[in-house]
Amino acid sequence: MNSIETDKGSSLWKDAWIKLSKNRLALVGLGLLVILIVTSLLTPLIAPYGYEAQNLDMGATAPSLQHWLGTDIFGRDMLTRIMYGGRVSLMVGFIATAVALVIGILWGATAGFFGGRLDAIMMRIVDVLYALPFMIFIILLMVVFGRNILLLFFAIGAVEWLTMARIVRSQVMALRNQEFVEAASSLGLSQWTIIRRHIIPNTLGPVIVYTTLTIPSVMLLEAFLSFLGLGIQPPQSSWGLLINYGVETMEEYPWLLIFPGLALSLTLFALNFLGDGLRDALDPRTSKD
Amino acid sequence: MYRFALGRLAQAIPVLLIVITVTFFLIHSAPGGPFSADKAVPPEVIKALEEQYNLNQPIWQQYLSYLGDVIQGDFGPSFKYSGRNVNELIAAGLPITAELAFYAMLVALSVGIFAGVGAAMRPNTAQDYIPMTGAMIGICMPSFLLGPLLVLVFGIYLDWLPVSGWGDIPGDKILPSITLGTGYAAYIARLSRGGMLEVLSQDYIRTARAKGLREPIIIIKHALRGGLIPVVAFLGPAFAGLLSGSFVVETIFQIPGLGRFYVQAAFNRDYTLILGMTIFLSTLIILFNLLSDMLAIWLNPKLRQEIKGAN
Repeated sequence: MNSIETDKGSSLWKDAWIKLSKNRLALVGLGLLVILIVTSLLTPLIAPYGYEAQNLDMGATAPSLQHWLGTDIFGRDMLTRIMYGGRVSLMVGFIATAVALVIGILWGATAGFFGGRLDAIMMRIVDVLYALPFMIFIILLMVVFGRNILLLFFAIGAVEWLTMARIVRSQVMALRNQEFVEAASSLGLSQWTIIRRHIIPNTLGPVIVYTTLTIPSVMLLEAFLSFLGLGIQPPQSSWGLLINYGVETMEEYPWLLIFPGLALSLTLFALNFLGDGLRDALDPRTSKD
Repeated sequence: MYRFALGRLAQAIPVLLIVITVTFFLIHSAPGGPFSADKAVPPEVIKALEEQYNLNQPIWQQYLSYLGDVIQGDFGPSFKYSGRNVNELIAAGLPITAELAFYAMLVALSVGIFAGVGAAMRPNTAQDYIPMTGAMIGICMPSFLLGPLLVLVFGIYLDWLPVSGWGDIPGDKILPSITLGTGYAAYIARLSRGGMLEVLSQDYIRTARAKGLREPIIIIKHALRGGLIPVVAFLGPAFAGLLSGSFVVETIFQIPGLGRFYVQAAFNRDYTLILGMTIFLSTLIILFNLLSDMLAIWLNPKLRQEIKGAN
């Protein structure tokens, strides 16, 4: 019993990896995601054409050997457009999620660790914010302050931190009363050290799971706004914007809609399957049944 | 229960006040006035317009008088649609959006619950995997992609259904309702599967089975009520989602509902219309959240007991 207790930390992660590696869909999701991230990082090097390259005389052409996914009405290579658009979409997904992560963890951990009145006030603020219709507010922000990509990160991140704060708080509250935390504080460790060394590592599981599931919902939000013309603006491009352009010409050139749509859907698919797999692997409560 | 409901209702009032205040000052700090797009308008005319809309008063005075009007249910005139007030525009769009949201919810609930309960009855079989994979596709296929694809296939290639409008040609309500409802059908399928799986492993279900009750009766009479609590709790957020989803669906299918008005107002910088609609939609969403919370509590005896204990 004691020997199990001592290496519990590493065995949780090892356990999780073993469970995850048995989940084929999650592995496919992980693989797709790795390919996607590598492609995005290397896009300027491996894209078949330049981002600005266009050929007005050629116009829209169907997929061919020269242009695997065809070209748009300005003769721009679709594969290149989708690769560059994916960079923006992924970047929004990761950065906005990171914003949400930082705010949510700090807020939730503080409320959960100190408890009492501070907790009551902080969680009351979360409750009030939860009741606000954020989609409408993001649209409002984009209208009022112009369609600025930094604002988009901030606005989306500011919406998504609420659930994270709740998850972290309930985890921290459960941990706070455990013996090993009491032992640490009776050994004279400062509260900050306890939070850093004991509380945060133990909340990582649910945080990782929720993070993986937040990224696709953030990407969806960005695509939604860009589709309406309220998100990413040209000359920058994102999958939502490409879908928007694709819709305008879908009768004549359906591939201009289908390929960016496929890219977005596959990415959401990969992230959701990976998130589900991680939840089964990391969250002891859901993996029971 | 009533005290709890009243307490939650009282909580909604400061939230609404925050919404009104934040929206008001946000809109009024916007660069570029509502009339800046019309370059040909001479300055005297702009001045007259500003006077007509009280834009020349100090901002706190505008705020107070607006707050007073809103409390009386008057959202004022629209900036862009001259001669019409915001109340009229909301009244024109609301029935259409409400109908669209209703049909979409109908699609979502019927397909979602059917698929989810079916999956939970035989977990880890084809009856589970096929609808759940379908649900995953539904979640990963956002309405702004699904809608155009449906239009392309059923409207243009097959030419079975109309591709735009609402109530003009028979059948033109089908594609928008499916487009808006599919994503929620997918979520509801997952939620009802999870809820049912949990309930079906409870002792009282085993008792019912031991008594020899037939499976459909166990599901309908005993399991559904508990198993669908997660779905009921999801209805509030789903309603908020349907409203913002209607922004996209109404744009794609050119439906003259609230969503399309909102997006157009956003592009036109129609101050009063955006302001009024934000407040109106927020009120609706807050009320629906409240309702779905109440319903979830009423369905769950454990939570009911807790609230009684707290009072």
